[in-house]
Amino acid sequence: MHLYNLTLQPSSNVIASVVGQFSGVKQQEIVLAKGGRIELLRPDTQTGKIVTVLTQEAFGVIRSLTSFRLTGGTKDYLIVGSDSGRIVILEYVTKTNTFFKLHQETFGRSGSRRIVPGQYLASDPKGRAVLIGAVEKSKLVYILNRDAAANLTISSPLEAHRPNGIIHSIVGVDVGFENPLFASLEVDYSESDQDPTGEAFEKAEKALTYYELDLGLNHVVRRWSEPVDPRSNLLIQVPGGYNQNTERWDGPSGVLVCSEDYITYKHQGQNEHRVPIPRRLNPIENENERRGTLIVASVLHKMKNAFFFLVQTEDGDLFKITIDHEEEDVKAVKIKYFDTVPVATGLNILRAGFLFVASEFGSQYLYSFQKLGDDDDLPEYSSQDYPGNGAEELPELPFFTPRPLENLIQVDEMVSLDPILDAKVLNPLGADSPQIFTVCGRGARSTFRMLRHGLEVQEAVSSDLPGVPNAVWTTRLRKEDEFDSYIILSFVNGTLVLSIGETIEEVSDSGFLTSSPTLAVQQLGHDALLQVHPLGVRHILADKMVNEWATPTLPNGEPTTIVATTSNERQVVVALSSNEIVYFELDMDGQLNEYQERKGMGARVLTMSMAECPEGRQRTPYLAVGCEDSTVRIISLDPDSTLASISIQALTASPSSICVAEMNDVTIDRNHPTLFVNIGLQNGVLLRTVLDPISGQLTDTRTRFLGSKPVRLVRVKVQGQSSVLALSSRSWLSYAYQSRMHFTPLIFETLDHAWTFSAELCPEGLIGVIGSSLRIFTIPFLGTKLKHDTIPLSYTPRCLASNPDKPNLAYIVESEHRTLSPEAKTKRLSELGRELKPHERGVLDLDPAEFGFVRAEAGQWSSCVRVVDGVASQTTFRLELEGNEAAFTASIVPFSAANDEPHLVVGSAVDTYISPKACKAAYISVFKLTGGGRGLELVHKTEVEDVPLALKPFQGKLLAGIGKTLRLYDLGKKKLLRKCENKNFPTAIVSLSSQGTRIVVGDMQESILFVTYKPNEGRLIIFADDILPKWTTCAIMLDYETVAVGDKFGNLSVLRLDAAVSKSVEEDPTGLTILHEKPYLMGAPNKLNQLAHYFVGDVVTSLSKVSLVAGGREVVMYTGLSGTVGTLIPFVSKEDVDTLSTLEMHLRQENDSIVGRDHLAFRGSYVPVKSVIDGDLCETFGLLTQQKQASIADELDRKPSEVNKKLAQLREANTGF
Amino acid sequence: MAADLRQSQLEHLHSRYVGTIHPDINKYDWLTNQHRDTSASIIGHPPLHSYMALADGESKARVKFELCERMLQPCGPPPEKEED
Repeated sequence: MHLYNLTLQPSSNVIASVVGQFSGVKQQEIVLAKGGRIELLRPDTQTGKIVTVLTQEAFGVIRSLTSFRLTGGTKDYLIVGSDSGRIVILEYVTKTNTFFKLHQETFGRSGSRRIVPGQYLASDPKGRAVLIGAVEKSKLVYILNRDAAANLTISSPLEAHRPNGIIHSIVGVDVGFENPLFASLEVDYSESDQDPTGEAFEKAEKALTYYELDLGLNHVVRRWSEPVDPRSNLLIQVPGGYNQNTERWDGPSGVLVCSEDYITYKHQGQNEHRVPIPRRLNPIENENERRGTLIVASVLHKMKNAFFFLVQTEDGDLFKITIDHEEEDVKAVKIKYFDTVPVATGLNILRAGFLFVASEFGSQYLYSFQKLGDDDDLPEYSSQDYPGNGAEELPELPFFTPRPLENLIQVDEMVSLDPILDAKVLNPLGADSPQIFTVCGRGARSTFRMLRHGLEVQEAVSSDLPGVPNAVWTTRLRKEDEFDSYIILSFVNGTLVLSIGETIEEVSDSGFLTSSPTLAVQQLGHDALLQVHPLGVRHILADKMVNEWATPTLPNGEPTTIVATTSNERQVVVALSSNEIVYFELDMDGQLNEYQERKGMGARVLTMSMAECPEGRQRTPYLAVGCEDSTVRIISLDPDSTLASISIQALTASPSSICVAEMNDVTIDRNHPTLFVNIGLQNGVLLRTVLDPISGQLTDTRTRFLGSKPVRLVRVKVQGQSSVLALSSRSWLSYAYQSRMHFTPLIFETLDHAWTFSAELCPEGLIGVIGSSLRIFTIPFLGTKLKHDTIPLSYTPRCLASNPDKPNLAYIVESEHRTLSPEAKTKRLSELGRELKPHERGVLDLDPAEFGFVRAEAGQWSSCVRVVDGVASQTTFRLELEGNEAAFTASIVPFSAANDEPHLVVGSAVDTYISPKACKAAYISVFKLTGGGRGLELVHKTEVEDVPLALKPFQGKLLAGIGKTLRLYDLGKKKLLRKCENKNFPTAIVSLSSQGTRIVVGDMQESILFVTYKPNEGRLIIFADDILPKWTTCAIMLDYETVAVGDKFGNLSVLRLDAAVSKSVEEDPTGLTILHEKPYLMGAPNKLNQLAHYFVGDVVTSLSKVSLVAGGREVVMYTGLSGTVGTLIPFVSKEDVDTLSTLEMHLRQENDSIVGRDHLAFRGSYVPVKSVIDGDLCETFGLLTQQKQASIADELDRKPSEVNKKLAQLREANTGF
Repeated sequence: MAADLRQSQLEHLHSRYVGTIHPDINKYDWLTNQHRDTSASIIGHPPLHSYMALADGESKARVKFELCERMLQPCGPPPEKEED
């Protein structure tokens, strides 16, 4: 078996973010490390919208990012710390829109290891050096400089190791142009490792240490070290250095040391200043269990004469810190509450007045600063107010109550799926492709999402028309007009012209012929209009003068009619019912001239198309004509060979529509747009061919089935780019995004006709006709191919169960650790013994979605069970659990004891502790479905000995994985009844799947075990297991002998049982033979074979075996915790396997990862990659230069276009994406 | 002489590659190393880091901080040295 891995939706979890001028112009950009990708975002400072400019796959684990700018330079460079054991410096190249690797220096082993640098990166503020550090011991300093030709240079590394030191944080100290200085927060463990009494451990000091890079001696020295608060976690750089321009000190230099509850200013030779971090007013907090507030993220913003910091606590509260200083001396450090935003991994401030919040989970947000929190009456706490500037004794913690945003307003949101905790693929809508039900997010920001493949459409206007139009157009009046002025609707017996203004009104003096249907409308030349109707061509001049060309008359006196037409702003072609083609061209005086000859086609012309007139040219040289004899002919419009046939292509059916459009596709041509001829057929198939601009030949044909109706094609503009809308029983859009072609369905009703629409209120819209109604709509996001329908949830979802009878319903269990449930809250409030005044209630009444939950100590849970209707997007039932009970798993079980009536079974536990795993009691609760599954009613609760983590229907009974026990339950009147059990599982059962009498059990640490159920003896017998330990997260059976497993470390593997073993297990009626077989390698008597293994790079949270396209083959679809959605596609032919694995091998050599990670080693991070071809890597083939594509394709005995076609086919035919 | 040299080279390598074990390692040292490696690995693999944070209802920064803190002495104080 060979599999092909394709990522459909990349990870959206932000690991690090930096801001800088990466293009080298004044505009600031944000670079994000998202999963294994690097993204460049450009916020539009006018509208506040974020545009993703580039996404580049790194094929490595990115851990840290930093940027630097050489002194006197204008361009920022990016440094990436990854698991490659290398430091890389990237430059953003605007011309090619890629990150280019300037330098790559190897320093150690690959992998995310303890002493291999890559975890921490700190750059000198003046861009002279960078330090890369590991979690323990290792720190390397590289000097950055320019050579004579002004190229960036990097030195060999200088060691600044600290043996036996654990590093918490590293930052570059701003010292102006003195020797570069780095500050590190570290703990030495050598003494605690030697002292059996534990005294040294108690006394272990956390030290702030300065490392100075002596540029003269080319050497790093430890300059200064001083103990700090042992609970410190983060360092923040403070500006410093003498500024020659302003002739003053930029700041006092030094660092802010963030520890639990306090922030301390420290610098060599300076006095210490300490300020408390105000704590949230929480009257019901358990004081004994309280932990200090931790700072999780920070950002420094420098203005002309001042600077400030924003720091964020783990609750999401932002505090503004300012430092009063005289020259180099610090006078006071001040702290003040600013606003509350989602908890971030990175904060960035843009000079244009925006704050980018890279949330640790969920969407990323862009906020705009309204003010800087200077003029409100919130208290500010200054180090001066405390004895010895707060350094002598710990200042008392002040209280505050968070309030809604005052200084910031949200301007944009980048929707993300991260984290996906569970998913099911279902098709309640009965559509061509299934929908994905996912539960995402964390805490009160959690959501249930129904994902549908397709582009989201936002409808702006819908209005009814008097009849059913057979076409719609919009047109400008003059070439330089910004917006359209007319909407033209053609009916069977007439034409309606509407003007677009404040209201939409009918126009009578437009010059259009309204008594006849219209075939085409075109804005012609500078300021004229053109109408083609069945009996002629009307050229309407700016002064409403009309030049009409009438169709020729047949010998019998009847006029011929126009059957097809196409036009652009300088050329018009019409085809007559006499099978002739007439060509018109605009001359320099704005006169439309007919070409003296007409061309007979020999067959009825059904459709024609030509491209837009290229900017600054007289004409486009090619015309595509689709004839009734199932051919498409390319005809020259060149003055030397006007109307000469160039090439012909035979089709499988007669064409219904042709559209020639110029679009950018880097896989074909990197520098110029490509001319695509899209041919829609009567049978609903679309052909996309490339028109060779020199020879006029059609090459590289790709086919795709769109729907059951004849295809209609329209050239439209979407987000300023030329795109093609294809209408059949579904509407599709062919567009270029980040210079690659995409073809995606629109999630909208079936459109009959469509055209571009541009007005002041809707500058980039589309207009369409559905039956007798007119719709104006936009396509807002081209980047996301999945439309989300969202329902908010209360707590972090843990499991999603679906009802096979009612696929639109989903049953979700949610539970949140370290929060007080509403019940516990009320209880604690009543324990206070008094009524709280409104100002004393503090955080009690805040909206958890905005401010987070009221925090509590470990072992406190809030939990609920919820029923949602995914199609109607609503919660139909919600049950809050009481008594500190938390639910972890759920399943729908049709009990045969209750006439196969489906019941919801929920596994829960009371007073649960995660580490070490413990609980006071655990239950399996059975709920009856009421109201057609939309409600629940508790039947009974059965106590079990451990937390049930896996539940599964099995032969009309319930199979439950309870810790190390697998047990079969039947439904009783008051309790579940034990039928049989097996207690010999290694750690804990987390996943169950079954077929017939075979059960596949996923163990928390010990991979997969095969179990057979012998009903007569009531035995569950383990007969096979895996040889490698895998920390299973999910597993599904692919067939009776094969299972796909996802694990916690991000691997996917496929295991198979030997057919002979499988058979002998089936043939044993009692199971006694298997039971007494000799254990092999301290486990089950038989072992599974590993068929495939692959490192995905994300914790796999769900697996499903589905067919994603109508009539397509089944694929394995997986979701990953950080928002990844991907598929594993089985190969059918050996030839494809050979071709693609050779291609992969070549690409591994050609396509050097931008973080310097070896691809084969990356995909085999834990276990060598086996029988899986990385489709994401293969698809980078199209991004290579033409020569490289040609040389690789040559090795494969193919043409580059054939390779690209093969890759596109694999993607489209199996995933539809 | 040669054995001494080999010994010192080995010691040098051990100090350079922290976490490498040797034939005479005791259970405590081995376990401590395992725990430190695991903590560092969790911090260094972002999805795993998120996984821990989600399961425990903590922020990622808190998880990282507590893991770093734990690296100081993950398995309690060392056992008393036996006199030989």
